Amino acid sequence: MKITKHIIEKHGLNLEEFKSIQKLLKRDPNLLELGVFSAMWNEHCSYKSSRLHLKKLPTKGKQVIQGPGENAGVIDIGDDDAIVFKIESHNHPSYIEPYQGAATGVGGILRDVFTMGARPIALLNSIHFGSPSHPKTKTLLNGVVSGIGGYGNCIGIPTVAGETKFNETYNENILVNAMAVGHAQKSKIFYSKAKGINKSVVYVGSKTGRDGIHGASMASAEFDENSEEKKPTVQVGDPFTEKLLLEACLELMKDDSIIAIQDMGAAGLTSSSVEMASKGSLGIELELDKVPCREENMTPYEMMLSESQERMLIILEDGKESHARKIFEKWDLDFVVIGKTTNTKNLIMKFKNKTEGIIPIEALASKAPIYDRKWSKKKQSKKKIELKSLKKVGLEEGLIKILSSPNHSNKSWVTNQYDQMVMCDTAQRSGSDAAIIRIHKKNKAIAVSVDSSANYCKSHPITGGKQIVCENWRNIISVGARPLAITNCLNFGNPENSEVMGEFAECLDGIKEACEFLNYPVVSGNVSFYNGTNKKNIFPTPVIGGVGLIKKLSKPMNHYFKSEKSNILLIGKTFGHLEQSCFLKENFSIIEGIPPEINLVNEKNNGEIILKLINNGLIKSVHDVSNGGLLVALSEMSIGTNFGIKIQKPKKLTNLTGYFFGEDQGRYVIEIDPSNLDKVVKLLNENNIYHDNLGVTQKEFFEIEDEMKISNKELFKVNNHWYNNF
Amino acid sequence: MKSSVIVFPGSNCDRDIAVALEKLQFKNKMVWHKETSLPKSDLIVIPGGFSYGDYLRSGAIAGKSLIIDEVIKAANSGCLVLGICNGFQILTETGLLKGTLLRNKNLRFINRDVNIKVINNQTKFSSKYKSNQILKINIAHNEGNYFTNSKHLDQLKKDNLIAFKYCDENGNINESSNPNGALENIAGIYNTKKNILGMMPHPERMVDDIISNTDGISLFSGLIN
Repeated sequence: MKITKHIIEKHGLNLEEFKSIQKLLKRDPNLLELGVFSAMWNEHCSYKSSRLHLKKLPTKGKQVIQGPGENAGVIDIGDDDAIVFKIESHNHPSYIEPYQGAATGVGGILRDVFTMGARPIALLNSIHFGSPSHPKTKTLLNGVVSGIGGYGNCIGIPTVAGETKFNETYNENILVNAMAVGHAQKSKIFYSKAKGINKSVVYVGSKTGRDGIHGASMASAEFDENSEEKKPTVQVGDPFTEKLLLEACLELMKDDSIIAIQDMGAAGLTSSSVEMASKGSLGIELELDKVPCREENMTPYEMMLSESQERMLIILEDGKESHARKIFEKWDLDFVVIGKTTNTKNLIMKFKNKTEGIIPIEALASKAPIYDRKWSKKKQSKKKIELKSLKKVGLEEGLIKILSSPNHSNKSWVTNQYDQMVMCDTAQRSGSDAAIIRIHKKNKAIAVSVDSSANYCKSHPITGGKQIVCENWRNIISVGARPLAITNCLNFGNPENSEVMGEFAECLDGIKEACEFLNYPVVSGNVSFYNGTNKKNIFPTPVIGGVGLIKKLSKPMNHYFKSEKSNILLIGKTFGHLEQSCFLKENFSIIEGIPPEINLVNEKNNGEIILKLINNGLIKSVHDVSNGGLLVALSEMSIGTNFGIKIQKPKKLTNLTGYFFGEDQGRYVIEIDPSNLDKVVKLLNENNIYHDNLGVTQKEFFEIEDEMKISNKELFKVNNHWYNNF
Repeated sequence: MKSSVIVFPGSNCDRDIAVALEKLQFKNKMVWHKETSLPKSDLIVIPGGFSYGDYLRSGAIAGKSLIIDEVIKAANSGCLVLGICNGFQILTETGLLKGTLLRNKNLRFINRDVNIKVINNQTKFSSKYKSNQILKINIAHNEGNYFTNSKHLDQLKKDNLIAFKYCDENGNINESSNPNGALENIAGIYNTKKNILGMMPHPERMVDDIISNTDGISLFSGLIN
């Protein structure tokens, strides 16, 4: 078969790249080889546009056992315990087939975690849909939520936290990011680096079908009117088989039979075999007629590129074959030796004793193209919003508008579809600043949260990048955990567009600066480019997933008011920054100006003092002040409890709206017992922490003197109706 | 007190129930579905999860598995059997309990804490609860909508075989306190000899204050002589 220009383009490669392939092979590739190159050289697998920028992220720290480059990141949480975690996108498949797209997104990220020897203990997600009024939104929301639930519930791993957001920028390109967190013994972590020659390469798990062929290349192309035609490239998930695979792998991992293990994710058998060989500087030889197939007459091309789910590739120690086989047979899973490691440094693909393709491993891995794409700096908006020019909106009216909006409504319609309790270690479920998961049979716990701020990132990518890291840090702190490390999912538009590339570069600058300052390194992540349709790119949407440690879990800290007559303090200074605020967006549809500034010094000091107060048992509840500002934070602390607030406006306040709705950063609201007030204030003063004494909690009413008074029940009602009526 | 937890491929609450049983001093053993004999047990638990992926119909394939014949034999000779969630579905598939679990009325998976009322506190499973005591227990299922024919329903009532009913926090049993559409808010039932209990709520999730509450403890502690 002659490789034509048309075939090359169909594989998502350009002519320059094809020429490089010819040069590397010193000949023309055949179709199988071209397919393998396209799978390895696409954006999704090669990170060709992002690699140069990703290098600047901080990835090291005392707490880091394994940074980016493996299946997932690994951090140390003391004793022999390690936490393994990663976030990944499944945006394109989920738009085409929401249930399966989201479900396999969850399945894929779980495999990344248990491949490393960790038992998954929590799932999180960040899902972004278009405007609620867009005709597709309802179907997509329904499909994605039930897909996430369908997979996690069945495999029996709790889905404990996440965010569900709406913004018209995602009308034609939704975002589905799934994060998995696992627990492993530090001394029992498994990696993907192959070692030794003539070792058995074993295929385990589900059989290979024709689903998902070229899935990774699909994820690296923009959508157009014909995207619906891509349905056959969406994989189908089987959480039941994944549960068997999980148990079988963990059983085999109890001893030292495994040299290297890699899940077959994007680009399936191709990327798993190439990655293991590449990391070990070895070659790998596959006999493709041995691959267990689900369908008849599958060709080597289809086998190498299939993205059928729930499969793993393992390199076994000599003499361990029958032991390993027994385990997989017990779980009714396929177990077939399909090849061996070699010293040729080539990927050799054989079929019925005939060599069908030979490619040097380094041509697929280290020699893959890297692009220094053009990028342009974001022009800064100087726009200031003059409140005087707008219709007057009272505090109560403004608050109700925000609390009843899709983005701020109570999300139990979503979270009640996820099993949050299975495994019986979820000490705090979704709805709080971060979820808390106890380490099984121990009294330590981890806190987890995912966050994003697309509007902030769009208007000022550097500040936006910093802000998400800080917001995530704050969420982890707010439940009394020491933030340790993050994973990131970088959802952006077309990297060939210099403006998009600029957003990417600048968001990363922001993330880097905050992570460095807060000692909050990035240990794993994923880049998803080409989010957009017909040249319309989505807002830059980096998503940060953070993990923190609670050394001794006694009573989980959360944001709900606990009693009446407590003192309420606001930690951190309020300037009244309204540009890019929810207040302006929900009340006036204004999304303009630059987001609030981040002051990393204050951020750190305020966070540290909150941790100290929690650890000294001086706080009854705490909530970080984020979207919507102070008033929304206070209402969130009241809703769902019997306690509201009775507070006074600060004296000499010039900008009431700015004080209560401004989104200045680095702030927390804390509830303290009156008997501790002096002690807390003294501590705050000693540490030069700015704070306002707002007032007290009271029964059943939410009240700001001379401004508003509304019952808790009414607040609950306005916050609860949107999803149920959608 | 000896207990056995049956493990099917796809069971996922097996570890949770084992932890709860061990916490309450049961000597527990896990029994793989391919086994053909049961260890000597005073209590057999069929745990929650998605046995065999819930393919075909929830509990249908597990109801025909190798070990299940032994469970039926033991149950018929009076051994205590507890089926939770998927375990309840499996028990109805085997015929040890009558009726069936249909899809939730809202056609969605539901996970949340609900209130249930102890209807019969005169059995080995419920003797530590007060009559009409209200418990807060977690549910997590797609098919928890209990249904049976009117003749069986009459028998359930006449012989006091309804174990728990969904209610609100004040004990009201009505449509708004019914999470899944179950017939007469039924959350759990006994067989006529009252040695078999099937229930949709998860008592094993309610044995630890740090995680939830301890409303489930009495169900297990009541079984220890």
